[in-house]
Amino acid sequence: MSGVPISWYLTLSAILFTLGVAGFLFRRNIITVFMSIELMLNAVNLSFIAFSYRLQQVNGHLIAFFVMVVAAAEAAVGLAIILTVFKNRQTLNIDEIDSMKN
Amino acid sequence: MPANFTSAADLIRFLPEIILTIMGTLLMVLDPILNRRSSYAFGHLSIFALIVALGGSVYAYTQAGPAFGGLLVVDGFATFFRVLVIVVGILTILPSYRFLQRQDAETSEFHALLLFSVAGQCLMAASGDLIMVFIGLEISSISSYVLAGYLRDDKRANESALKYFLLGSFATAFFLYGVALIYGTTGTINLAAVRTAISGQNAPEPVIIAVAAALMFVGLGFKVSAAPFQMWAPDVYQGAPTPVTAFLSAGPKAAAFAVFLRIFMTAFDPVGGDWWPLVWGSALLSMTIGNFAALLQSNVKRMMAYSSIAHAGYVLVALTARSDVGTAAAMFYLAAYAFMNVGAFAVIGHLSGKGERYQNLDDFAGLAEKQPLTAAMLTIFMLSLIGVPLTGGFFGKFYIFKAALESHLVWLTVLGLLNSAVAAYYYLRILVMMYMHEPSDAASKVEPLSLGLRAALILPAIGTLFLGIFPGWVLDFAGKSSTLVR
Amino acid sequence: MLIDTVLFYIFALLVLGGGLLTITRRNAVHSAISLIVSLLGVAGLYLLQQAEFLFAVQIVLYVGGIMVLFLFVIMLVNLDEAAKERQFNRQWLVALVAVAAVGAQLSWFIYKGKDAFHFAENAAVALPEAVGNTEQVADSLFREYLLPFEIASVLLLVAVVGSVVMAKKRI
Repeated sequence: MSGVPISWYLTLSAILFTLGVAGFLFRRNIITVFMSIELMLNAVNLSFIAFSYRLQQVNGHLIAFFVMVVAAAEAAVGLAIILTVFKNRQTLNIDEIDSMKN
Repeated sequence: MPANFTSAADLIRFLPEIILTIMGTLLMVLDPILNRRSSYAFGHLSIFALIVALGGSVYAYTQAGPAFGGLLVVDGFATFFRVLVIVVGILTILPSYRFLQRQDAETSEFHALLLFSVAGQCLMAASGDLIMVFIGLEISSISSYVLAGYLRDDKRANESALKYFLLGSFATAFFLYGVALIYGTTGTINLAAVRTAISGQNAPEPVIIAVAAALMFVGLGFKVSAAPFQMWAPDVYQGAPTPVTAFLSAGPKAAAFAVFLRIFMTAFDPVGGDWWPLVWGSALLSMTIGNFAALLQSNVKRMMAYSSIAHAGYVLVALTARSDVGTAAAMFYLAAYAFMNVGAFAVIGHLSGKGERYQNLDDFAGLAEKQPLTAAMLTIFMLSLIGVPLTGGFFGKFYIFKAALESHLVWLTVLGLLNSAVAAYYYLRILVMMYMHEPSDAASKVEPLSLGLRAALILPAIGTLFLGIFPGWVLDFAGKSSTLVR
Repeated sequence: MLIDTVLFYIFALLVLGGGLLTITRRNAVHSAISLIVSLLGVAGLYLLQQAEFLFAVQIVLYVGGIMVLFLFVIMLVNLDEAAKERQFNRQWLVALVAVAAVGAQLSWFIYKGKDAFHFAENAAVALPEAVGNTEQVADSLFREYLLPFEIASVLLLVAVVGSVVMAKKRI
């Protein structure tokens, strides 16, 4: 068994999640913003695996697997949406994509 | 886990989703066969699919019980929301016949995505396990992202899809983190089992449960557009094609609330003392932000977006009550809200014209003179949104605040009632515009009502009035099914 | 024991270093490469915790599939201009507060909750060697989780249709 206590894994996961949140909120480039979401999902998966290992179940592995499937689906649709935005506006700056305020 | 995993009863309980998925796929397969020019066929087929699925949900209820080893729970609560989202689907397709034709954008994909989205929402309503909640949520969300950006060449629609997508995925990550913590502390993600684990002898550290509940609250708060997670809603609702906006404000929202109620009233009920202040604050903030921001809007779709935030706040008041009465009130309110909101958006979409040019408050001027029926129907919806007696909105608010008072939430009730008074102003403004002003450009150019549109206006109006005059039937059912599986 | 700890530190460094670079690099390609490093670090941590199947999936699906898709899109859009501009958006103050709130909540949770997980430390025994991780995952996937597995196909169908709607020539 691993000699690394679970709280280390959880701390790592929490830091990674916070990094993702920070990237999502601070960055202007939409692709980087989307990559931050991937960081957050990986942080979550890391928690699932750590818990699963400690609980001696494979359920956590399966949930993490479904999270990956969903991430793939989201990436396909999300990048398609990002491409249409770029095609119409020639920019991927989140501050400039703001045409509907009064 | 039993060896013969899938029994006939399981499949029956899963019937609506099966029907919707098969019909959605069939629509795309039939795409090349059905003539593009006689393109009403897609709409007819989807409505047929939804009606069959409606029958399927009712039939599934005759076999009520858990299915697939507890992954699904088909009870009155699930059936209520399944029927609700399917009806919303039908009411979305009716006005979109003409709308899509006008934007020259009729395809099978629109209808297929709509059916898949409804299937995802049915799944959310009936899921008894967080993994099913998650997958249903994602099916519903991903198809909604695409629907919001369906008119790809419209810059506003693009923006709407992008924001919806980014914020939606962000919210999903929060929700999942909450699921992870629940899994880690209880070793299960089945809602009933989580409840047992939380309230049992060796209950886990309450801190962890509180954090998990907070994270899930953030995730679901985004999905139902509750403050302070509401910032995406105005842009998304304004930019999306109007029938889609109607759908987004009723279907996914109702399903997200179904999940909200089920998770918080089933799994997290034992630790209710920890999370209710959070919901209390969010309810008040949503009502206030929604109503006061709506006052300032001149674009009607944007105004309705803020109004939808405010209405999410009212439903959260019912959740704050943490009682079966509250749950029943929330169910009733969501049904009433779906009717009046979808109806109002049908009028907005009808008036907006090609390219959705006319969305401003001024464009409603004189509509009553040009098209009395449309104006009359919109009047019913607006009065119901205000909460005038004899409409569904009135009883919705009445039951919610009654439930809140029974749970001694006096302040929240008072502030909520004050909020409803503020809201009356911006709804009435539209009525004044319609009845008291000379016809505007938009009102003069408005097309005659097509058959689909006529149905799209009259059916929700009947629904709204029915809930307002005979609230007992729906409320009885809601009351009976508000005791969730425990 | 020691080797596990050392490996944990190495992988954790990859994860956090990669993650930090992902959100700070100006150039989107650099960000994507850093993200790949981070994802590989996560894969390594899966391996440390006997999640061999997910280790493989992480590399094949995430690094091999999703990240390649990202790189494709970055190549398709012209981001040279964006790299020269200001990198952080206007609402940085709101963002700072939000990040601080999330960070504080999570650290508070770990500080308070770290004792709550000792149940697990005692219970942790090696998985029976006779049954591989992949076999266990498959067993569970096609029994308990058959329904989500089937439903996931609907999800992927939706994703396919959605991308086609977004990308095809005329609506």
